[in-house]
Amino acid sequence: MNAKIVVDKLHLWYGDFLALKQVTTQIAPRRITAIIGPSGCGKSTLLRVFNRMNDLVEGVRMSGEVRVDGENILLPETNVVALRKKVGMVFQRPNPFPLSIYENIVFGPHIHQQLKKSELDAIVEQSLSSVSLWLELKDKLQKSALGLSLEQKQRLCIARLIAVKPDVLLMDEPCSSLDPQATARIEELMRELKHNYTIVIVTHNMQQAARVSDDTGFMLLGELVEFDRTEKVFTKPADKRTEEYITGRYG
Amino acid sequence: MRKCKEWIIEKLVFLCGMASIVFVGLIFLFLLKEGLALFATVNPLEFLAGKKWYPISEPPQMGILPLILGSLLVTVGAAVISVPIGVSCAIYIAEVAPASIKNKLKAGIELLAAIPSVVLGFIGMVTLVPWIKQLFHLPTGLTALSGSIMLAFMAMPTIVSIAEDALYSVPKSYREGALALGATHWQAIYRVIVPAASSGIVAAVMLGIGRVIGETMAVMMITGNSAVMPESILQPVRTLTATIAAEMGEAVVGSEHYFGLFAVGIVLFVISFMINVTADLFLHKNRS
Repeated sequence: MNAKIVVDKLHLWYGDFLALKQVTTQIAPRRITAIIGPSGCGKSTLLRVFNRMNDLVEGVRMSGEVRVDGENILLPETNVVALRKKVGMVFQRPNPFPLSIYENIVFGPHIHQQLKKSELDAIVEQSLSSVSLWLELKDKLQKSALGLSLEQKQRLCIARLIAVKPDVLLMDEPCSSLDPQATARIEELMRELKHNYTIVIVTHNMQQAARVSDDTGFMLLGELVEFDRTEKVFTKPADKRTEEYITGRYG
Repeated sequence: MRKCKEWIIEKLVFLCGMASIVFVGLIFLFLLKEGLALFATVNPLEFLAGKKWYPISEPPQMGILPLILGSLLVTVGAAVISVPIGVSCAIYIAEVAPASIKNKLKAGIELLAAIPSVVLGFIGMVTLVPWIKQLFHLPTGLTALSGSIMLAFMAMPTIVSIAEDALYSVPKSYREGALALGATHWQAIYRVIVPAASSGIVAAVMLGIGRVIGETMAVMMITGNSAVMPESILQPVRTLTATIAAEMGEAVVGSEHYFGLFAVGIVLFVISFMINVTADLFLHKNRS
């Protein structure tokens, strides 16, 4: 199977601080890959390499290679706009724009191509349906997205992303501001989405990683300590440090 | 003993707090009392819509329409100049500029705000006015346009600093969200960040305009002070503020002229008040 994302000897510095050390791994398509590890281990940083969101941080430097569909995305000439269209991101706190629900969904399609109203309407329906929000919200499309519940907001952010037709969904602790029921429903949604998308999720919730992911990577102090099938990482970890983390000895 | 001290301090602070309200109230009452006295002899409609301002002719003609239009003309001109530049400048400072340039620009804007209006008026008089006269082949460079340009400089610091504040307080997550969807920096700014800050930007514009309407010294020096119905931005005009400042010294206390100037003050007060209230509404909308 061809890997969707290949990370090859990636180092990343914030100024003088080495945040990622020699990370090498492969992320398989149409699976859910979880990255776990204690706070500050670099898991969010790694996720933000995949769509070059770290570019927003001043003084960031990278070496090594990260290939998405075979193309190295760390080159200076990389078209980050096209990259981010292909590799979308869902954030820790749901961040719908202070616009209507409809405008939130069409934001992406609108900036990438000229579309007719009927086409936009179709995109809105498809995207909201794919996150199971269509029935709830179809009569409130012109209402502000800020009035939704947290779970609805997070679903809307996922729908907004799907409307851009990405290949990869990066999720940075997408459930950390949600209650357990909402979390379970978002996890269910992720399982549905993996049939069409490659999903990489960063989480500090080990149970969540065990529940939803197919592959798991464990990071510690900027290193990718272990990367394998989820059941293997959680039952027979190869590295002592992984075992200590998942059995709750630190983190 | 300690309790007594507490009591005294509390009351003292209370009095100081109340004093400001009381003073505003007294000023307003005095303005009303002196201004409304005019309407015993002059019809309010004639006062507002009259086209002739000859307060010391016999009988005095008290039409302030040319003054209102003069103020409007200068203000609109200043807004047309300062709003696009000011808002763009705020966008540049808040979203685009690297930290080093940002700080220099902010300091520069503050410095601009610190220039006394009489100095700006003076500079305008010796540089801008002759230039306008030459450029448009006018008999005089003391025109509404000169006033607008100088006042634009005065409105700019207000507009820039408040709009920049509004833009800065837009959550960073909006920006990240837009960029993560593949928006370019500029698309993120004009499709998400500026709309999110729109009420604050409107408030900034209103406060800038409020500053311009109330400005006196510079306009008096460079707009030419002729109280005629303005027909073009290239002719001398007189504003409400300049009228009061120029004529109060020579108006006989208790005369119609004197009351008329207070009535002009009421009009000015009402205009400023409305602008400030609108700005306030937008600012609060932004916060909630």
